[in-house]
Amino acid sequence: MLLSPYPTTGERIRITLLWLWCGLVILFLLVPILIPVPLSFNSGAFFIFPLEGISTRWYEVVLGTQRWQAAIGNSLIVAFGTTLIATILGTLTAIALSDEKFPGRRIVMPLLLSPLIVPVVITAVGSYLFYARVGLASSYAGIILAHTALASPFVVVTVGASLTGFDRNLMRAAAISGARPITSFFRVMLPLILPGVLSGAAFAFVTSFDEVVVAQFLASANQRTMPLEMFIGLREKLSPAITAAATLMMALSIVLLVVANLLARRGKQRPRID
Amino acid sequence: MSALEPTKLDQPRPSRDWSAADTGTAKSVAAALRRADLGDRLRSLALAAPLLVLLALSFGIPIVLLLSRAVYDPTIANALPQTSQALRGWNGTGLPDDAAFLALAADLRSNQAKGTAYELAKSLNARLPGARSQMLKTVRQLEAADRPPLEVMKAVPFWSAPGTWPVIESGTHSVTSFYLLSALDLRWNADGGIERVPPEQAIFVQVFMRTFFVAAAVMLATLVLGFPLAYLIASVPKGLAAVLIVAVLLPFWTSILVRTAAWTVLLQKFGLVNDLLLWLGAADDRLDLMYSRIGLIIAMTHIQLPFTLLPIYSVMRTIQPSQMKAAYSLGAKPFTAFRRVYLPQVFPGVMAGCLLTFILCLGYYITPALIGGASDQLISNFIASYVNVELNWEMAAALSFILLVFTLALFGIFARILGLDRLKLV
Repeated sequence: MLLSPYPTTGERIRITLLWLWCGLVILFLLVPILIPVPLSFNSGAFFIFPLEGISTRWYEVVLGTQRWQAAIGNSLIVAFGTTLIATILGTLTAIALSDEKFPGRRIVMPLLLSPLIVPVVITAVGSYLFYARVGLASSYAGIILAHTALASPFVVVTVGASLTGFDRNLMRAAAISGARPITSFFRVMLPLILPGVLSGAAFAFVTSFDEVVVAQFLASANQRTMPLEMFIGLREKLSPAITAAATLMMALSIVLLVVANLLARRGKQRPRID
Repeated sequence: MSALEPTKLDQPRPSRDWSAADTGTAKSVAAALRRADLGDRLRSLALAAPLLVLLALSFGIPIVLLLSRAVYDPTIANALPQTSQALRGWNGTGLPDDAAFLALAADLRSNQAKGTAYELAKSLNARLPGARSQMLKTVRQLEAADRPPLEVMKAVPFWSAPGTWPVIESGTHSVTSFYLLSALDLRWNADGGIERVPPEQAIFVQVFMRTFFVAAAVMLATLVLGFPLAYLIASVPKGLAAVLIVAVLLPFWTSILVRTAAWTVLLQKFGLVNDLLLWLGAADDRLDLMYSRIGLIIAMTHIQLPFTLLPIYSVMRTIQPSQMKAAYSLGAKPFTAFRRVYLPQVFPGVMAGCLLTFILCLGYYITPALIGGASDQLISNFIASYVNVELNWEMAAALSFILLVFTLALFGIFARILGLDRLKLV
């Protein structure tokens, strides 16, 4: 497709240059995220290639010391709490928005997406100010609430996309057959949009698990999450344990998001039932 | 649906004038439909309500509360009730009469007695640099009570300085434009006009300009790197395109913090980037890339590249290659065909990618905090430091206000011109 059937020399040169440039860009994209992986298995305490030897000592630090274990536990609590709330409420909202009768759709949608656009420091500082007044600062509930605001747009978008392929007549058919709305939701709609819902849940989980700015303002020492521990570590001194933590976090988000995207694609590709 | 229940249909029609009955039925059906329609609307609103309420509580109210701090600051008004009273009749020029000095002395002593003197000093100091030490010194002398209060007040030159009383007067109004103006390096002058603050106090315009500059540089860099790659991915066969797109998505799916951490490793003095530069002969000596502007821009470009590339790619995918062939066969040179056929069609995607990257760059916090030096901190870092270090919520709120205005204006342009569907955040 790139070359015409009878390419001229100039065209060949242009295409070669394009490939070269793109090869460099791909190196630029991939090398930085891959570099922490070998470094995390380094037995030495420095970030210099060549590696001194292979060892898992930095993973033992991250998975074996109390400080990091607590951080991982906190991250899981917050991420699961966020995922649960964001997925349920986001799915309900996506269903409501997919109805063309929904009033004020054009106003609600930008509002729902605004947590992704508003600079996260503003969200974090505002939450800190407000939650301190209502007693939610330094609590899991506070961090989960703030993370839900950041994560729910992803659920609304992915579930909304899977609902565009959903035939509303199925719900009418269920109603005529005598199903109550709640029954037809669980027996007809949910099984069909489940890929979208699960994909949204995965996005919500990763959003919360990776989030550090809101956590920095809202968490006390007892609620430090894994990214926050990393951030603090990076500010103090660079230890190879950070590269091990980074590798673990990267692996988790990539696995979850690959699954999420495969699910989202399945949700969208399913043909309409006529 | 109640009007159409089967039992009612079975009932014999009452013998009435047919035409009247028909319009009656039509009306009731229309009313029933309207009711059902309203019911549907309310039901869908009720489904969306929990999330909307939660967002209002966890996101909306906090931000409104924060922004209100930028224009509403009752600390000084609450701490200086007598002074407020005494300044009612003051015309704002020169010095107020002795009654105002005495009222201020009394207010200062009562604040000292109530233990709120430090808070007042901090608030005054935010508006009037140096006020903290002067005020606390005056309070100590008033406490000593070896001289009459008026004499004490007049003996401290600070209270008779030209700039002092207008600031105190403006502080006695709870609603203030002081912080918003300060966030733009502006202030009220003695004549009631707005002027620039002296250069040695001006910091924020420079920080905003720096933020815009970094955002623009990153936007351009991502475009130069991303556009050709998007073009290549859109042009190669499907299988190869899938492999190439993974190279874009893997970093996209890795968190900003992890990628910033990776760059702190790479940009070290003995890190890989310096190794590469030396090997290429591009640098004679190892460069200090950490805590530098260029290091920050490199790392931010890496993080933002997928955000710029993906909207461009999704437009390029829809362009039929046959259009370019048609242009060639009509005699267009490659560059002409590219410029007149291809570029106009991908332009919305380019706009979407660039605008999205620019908007997101304005709010960067993590990467400048970890990779930028002291002179590379962006506006978000200043907001955070006003909250964490200076404990000056009003200034943090005012900077947030200005940053939010810029961000939302650009977001509005994005939604208006390009539509929200082009927002590729997932």
